[in-house]
Amino acid sequence: MIGILASIIDGVLVGSVYGLAAMGLTLIWGVMDVVNLTHGAMIVAGMFALYLATSALGISPYAALVPIFIGGFLVGIMLYWVAVHRVIGRPPLMSLLSTFSVNLVLIGLGTAVWGTVLFNVPVSLPGISWQRYTFPGTHLLAAALTVVIAGLLYLFLYHTRIGKAVRAVAGNREAAELVGIPTTRVLSLAFALGVALAGVSGMLIGTMFPFTVLSGDTYQLKGFVVTVLGGLGNPTGALLGGIALGLIEGLATPFMPVSWTPVIEFALFVAVLIAFPKGIFALRRS
Amino acid sequence: MRHGAAQGEGRYAGLFRRPSFWIIALVIAAFVIAPLIGNDVEMRESLVLAAIYIILASNVNLMLGYAGYVNFGSIVFFGLGGYVCVYLMSAQGWPLAAAALAAGVAVSLLALVFGLGILRLRGAYFALATIGVNEAVQAVVANFNPWGGSAGLYLSPRLFLPLGGAMQALWVIYFLLVAVMGLSLYLSYVIKSSKFGLGLLAIGQNEDAAAVLGVPTPLFKALAYSASAFLPAIAGGLYFFKSAFIQPTDAFDLTLSTEAIVIVMLGGQGTITGPALGAYLYEELRGWLLTSETFSHFQLVVSGALLLVIVLFAPGGLMGWLYGRWPRLRKVLE
Amino acid sequence: MTALLAVENLRKSFGGVHAVSGVSFVVNEGEILGLIGPNGAGKSTLFNLINGVMAPDEGRVIFRGIDITGEAAYRVARAGLARTHQIVQPLAGMDVLENCTVGACFGSENLSIGRARDVARETAVLVGLEDRLTMSAAQLTIAGKKRLELARALSARPKLLLLDEVLAGLNPTEVEHMIGIIRAIRERGVTILIIEHLMQAIMSLSDRIVVLNIGQKLAEGTPAEVANDPAVIEAYLGDPALAEELHGSP
Repeated sequence: MIGILASIIDGVLVGSVYGLAAMGLTLIWGVMDVVNLTHGAMIVAGMFALYLATSALGISPYAALVPIFIGGFLVGIMLYWVAVHRVIGRPPLMSLLSTFSVNLVLIGLGTAVWGTVLFNVPVSLPGISWQRYTFPGTHLLAAALTVVIAGLLYLFLYHTRIGKAVRAVAGNREAAELVGIPTTRVLSLAFALGVALAGVSGMLIGTMFPFTVLSGDTYQLKGFVVTVLGGLGNPTGALLGGIALGLIEGLATPFMPVSWTPVIEFALFVAVLIAFPKGIFALRRS
Repeated sequence: MRHGAAQGEGRYAGLFRRPSFWIIALVIAAFVIAPLIGNDVEMRESLVLAAIYIILASNVNLMLGYAGYVNFGSIVFFGLGGYVCVYLMSAQGWPLAAAALAAGVAVSLLALVFGLGILRLRGAYFALATIGVNEAVQAVVANFNPWGGSAGLYLSPRLFLPLGGAMQALWVIYFLLVAVMGLSLYLSYVIKSSKFGLGLLAIGQNEDAAAVLGVPTPLFKALAYSASAFLPAIAGGLYFFKSAFIQPTDAFDLTLSTEAIVIVMLGGQGTITGPALGAYLYEELRGWLLTSETFSHFQLVVSGALLLVIVLFAPGGLMGWLYGRWPRLRKVLE
Repeated sequence: MTALLAVENLRKSFGGVHAVSGVSFVVNEGEILGLIGPNGAGKSTLFNLINGVMAPDEGRVIFRGIDITGEAAYRVARAGLARTHQIVQPLAGMDVLENCTVGACFGSENLSIGRARDVARETAVLVGLEDRLTMSAAQLTIAGKKRLELARALSARPKLLLLDEVLAGLNPTEVEHMIGIIRAIRERGVTILIIEHLMQAIMSLSDRIVVLNIGQKLAEGTPAEVANDPAVIEAYLGDPALAEELHGSP
């Protein structure tokens, strides 16, 4: 019983980071109706950025957070102009394929450089012990940082002028244009923000688990499940959805071989979409 | 997008008159004759891959080019078909033809069931769900012991005997694959000329408007999804029988279905000749890449870059570009 | 006069907004019924409830004696009810003939492609698009697209045609022409339910008028009765231009 409880609590901790991974995705999706299939690659980029920072540059892992955020933001701007800008008005199929193709390129380059070997970033942080179980310090810190970042994102979206512009464009792009909001700049900013969030979530996942160039797919899928659970365009929903997913994983893992996890998540994804087309936590669009 | 059956003719009589019919026949003839000249086994093997590309691309085109739905995980039909066929032959002693056919029927029925579920999802959700279907099926198969679990299934060489021994069997399988390829091309041709095809094309243009016009969208989408599973499943059966070995990581490798999508976009989505043209070009490109020292590791990178360029600058693919320059061609080539 | 369509107590809310609150009326076979009301009165929502794009929260829609409440849009179309949209929805990648063929193929008569193409051609001629049959729908002018929208709906050979602001965005000549087409359609036996803001046009076209305001039925009657109804005039006083038009009509 205690074992299950511990598993659940750990699931919640890890789940919050899934939520962070989903926040960028849901932001982009909600603001510009683009499904960013490079999301997984950006998460991996964050992981490898962490690896390079700690091994090549000797920086302490958590100090890399802000640089990775900034780097992710810049990459996001580039990505927007290369792959997204031209396909914004076109059928969603096109943006799906364009981000998909960039993902192919990035993952292809990644495997060429790093192969499919497992990488690990050792982070020593004291955990919290309870009964026979220790909650890893990395999980605790990651969850805490996620809540902080989520809070900052909320403040940005709801209490700054730019954030309000982002929400305006998300609600009705034409109306926003008419009111004089520079929509293209807002779109590129929102996209870059989404990518930066992906990168940071990758970094935090990297402090918790080993990874390969191909790990992005798994977390991207989790990101989609969470987005769907939490409602499109809803960052708070994403956080809650992530925690919910983590909870479900925590409940399931003691009982089931790990190879079944993708099946469960996929089934969940489809089931939720069919039952709740607007997401379980669908609040009014931000 | 032309849609022409000659007026006042019998239902399908007009189909023989149109150039597309004969172009497809020409392609099939080329595939049959080319390796027979001088008994060229090497050419035959590269044509096997080309045929498979055309089969996968033509069928994925039904969903992508006609109805506007991307099936990233279409490889699941190929892999599952392979498993059904190999299992029926090795464990149940079925002959090749029956096993392959059964694979086609079983997988397309399963696709119909799955399709009715996931086709309620629009656009991106559907695309992701198709990847999920592939992952889920792979996970189930990898845990399914009667099918060899994650180690896979081996086929005994004895099974090649009814086909006349290993050497001859490879030729037989080749011609069967060419037949499946021909059927795939003809299938996309017949569908495009039919009322069903018109409905799919309408869905691809504007699904909501199509529904208001009376197109039974859920049914048509599910039928297209199921139809797009049938021939790839048979092809999978033939291919994995030929390899005499099947395992989950190969059978459900997303690379092939990804390449199928690049091929469709390259050749021209929604057209009939597009997938064939795209497959030819893609294979040439791939062949060149593999021989080039620098690029052999960058296959997927090049595919991705190619797809990006197509999506950004030439979403109609090669056929789209040709139709733009010579609009008359549209009536000839479709 | 048999009721071809009966709308009973329809209600639809979005969040806290009551778009349609308890609207009831009938459309008799062979008539042209006009639906008017200030902006935001719930007219388009009402159309969406009738043709199956949305399901009502409460109420019923009865078409040709059959309860079609909440039926999927394609089923409603199959039953013989066609609809045009306020914002035109051409199938942009197809040409005019193909657009209409889709309508003809999947309408109530379930025609084969060959027959459908013939019907499509006839309908295109009726609305005046015969010179543009092979033109891509995307390349039509606004007036052309409006005609296509109409032709496509008509190709399905519906019993009831829902026209949603089919005159919006047209110049006076085009409006005249469209009015002629609508009358010709009625001559052929198609019953019409029409939403329109051009007051003169709808008053002269319609046999009867239903007035909606804030999701409720405000008045019903002949154009003359409605134009002189104090409640209607009051509702339109919020829009002086419309009130002018109201008074200026027969």
